[in-house]
Amino acid sequence: MIALTGTPRPALPQLRLMGIAVPIAVLLALVPSFANSYQTLLLAYGLIIAIAGLGFNLLLGYTGLLSFGHSAYFGTGAYAVAFMAQDLGVRSMEAYILCGLALSAIVSAVFGFICVRHTRIFFGILTLALSQVLWSLALKLFWITGGSDGLRVPRPTLLGGMLTYTGGGFPRFISYYYYYVLVLFVVCVLVMWMIVHSPFGKALQAIRDNETRAAFLGLRVRRFRWVAFLISGVYTGLAGVLWVPLNGLTTPDILYWPFSGEIVFLTLLGGFRNFTGPIVGGIVFTFLKTYAVATTEYWQILLGVVLVVLVLVLPTGIVGALAQLIGRLWPQRAD
Amino acid sequence: MALLQTVNLTKRFGDFRAVNSVNFTVNQGEFLSLVGSNGAGKTTLVNLISAQLWPDTGQVLFEGRDITQATVFQRIRAGIARSFQLVNLFDRLTVLDNVSLAIFSREGKARNLATLAEGDREVRTEAMDVLGLFGLDTKRRLLAGGLAQGERKLLDVAVAYALRPKILFLDEPTSGVGTRDKAQIMDTISAVVRAGTVTAVVIEHDMDIVFKYSDRIVVMHEGAFLADGLPAEIRVNKEVATVLLGAAVPG
Repeated sequence: MIALTGTPRPALPQLRLMGIAVPIAVLLALVPSFANSYQTLLLAYGLIIAIAGLGFNLLLGYTGLLSFGHSAYFGTGAYAVAFMAQDLGVRSMEAYILCGLALSAIVSAVFGFICVRHTRIFFGILTLALSQVLWSLALKLFWITGGSDGLRVPRPTLLGGMLTYTGGGFPRFISYYYYYVLVLFVVCVLVMWMIVHSPFGKALQAIRDNETRAAFLGLRVRRFRWVAFLISGVYTGLAGVLWVPLNGLTTPDILYWPFSGEIVFLTLLGGFRNFTGPIVGGIVFTFLKTYAVATTEYWQILLGVVLVVLVLVLPTGIVGALAQLIGRLWPQRAD
Repeated sequence: MALLQTVNLTKRFGDFRAVNSVNFTVNQGEFLSLVGSNGAGKTTLVNLISAQLWPDTGQVLFEGRDITQATVFQRIRAGIARSFQLVNLFDRLTVLDNVSLAIFSREGKARNLATLAEGDREVRTEAMDVLGLFGLDTKRRLLAGGLAQGERKLLDVAVAYALRPKILFLDEPTSGVGTRDKAQIMDTISAVVRAGTVTAVVIEHDMDIVFKYSDRIVVMHEGAFLADGLPAEIRVNKEVATVLLGAAVPG
């Protein structure tokens, strides 16, 4: 049957991944050599928010849970760094990462434990409400968090000081930091790819498609959702950790619900039904927002229009639409 | 010895007794059909046995042990599996993944997130064997949502079968498919059941199919058992013929 329809035997998933990922990774590695510091900076922001999107989409795309509260974990990562820098005088990026991951793991484990008892709108509202608790704490406990002024974070040391950028000024910091982020981004992509193709990842997708049946296969649905929530929160927390040194400042804005909305937005923009959707969405969103803000003071309207067009014309996002196009042009390869 | 037994099992919905003090026995290795008109309580009985509903009173015994309080998870581990009246599949997973997942779950491998699902040769081989039994091996790469209704019914049973249960409840495995497909589905299911060690309880409306494939038939009416016997006995039971009015009861 397979021979008759002319469908080629699909390559092993690992090979498919490498075939696409390696050229893109090489291209991303070359960016600082031809782009200016500002473009490199934007791309670093894009990769960071893409990590948050990847984490978010483990819940939305693979587990079928729409969180409106991912700002909580991003903010936890960011404030963990700020507290370490301000109160403990720590400057090591690696220490920031370890501590940020631990703290966002704790927060997402607790929040997730509460939220995964529900699904659909109830789940969404709970995630939103819990994230708003953190936001109001960041705003009100100003003697710890700096209130609405936030906390400043100086540039950290990278790899225990092995990557020195002093003397090179901002451009050198950016190009070093870009590579730092890129390496972590690649690791995050590979790990997430492994997770969604593992038996665990298949179980999540089964739960998304049909919760009742999944339970009747002997899968402990709530526990799977909780672990997915935890991984998702840790990814978003890591994004928060990486974001702060670049921004130099963390404020309660990144704990506020519109920031959760941005994570939802970029995932829809890229396409939540595809693994690469949030990656493309994260990068495109960062550039789109930056240029929209620079071009017009009504940038929110512009983003709003994009969102409406997206839902009406490209419900599967950029990557989904591209995949459909490729499937239409080369139908025999669309397996 | 009875594999499964219910003792005075009762489930009320308000004043309505959906299952009324039922004593149901399933013996090891038999192919049993549960018949009755709509609302007779067949699906409710299966729901009570599979822990999708909890009984008001009565007990469920499996291999002599009281499992009345056991959760879905514990009953599946004990060896009770079921399919559903409306097809219940993972539509956006492939046919192969649908069956593989049942095996991963059974083997306790479903929580493994550091290996590729496709890389597990043992599970893949077993899943392909199961698909082969059900004649679905050529469809393995299709999404379950893209299958024809008859194939979906078969896959539904295949997924439950892949759990290697001791007892398998099939809720109307041939509903919604054409007459020709019905025979094929039932031939496949009965061949699989007879070849293996699984005991099957099938809820079915089509009496031709019931008489052809069953070792024993239990007739339900208004939440209670009306008759219980060999196909030949049920066929000549006047009371059953009256209750199943409209059903094809020859003679």
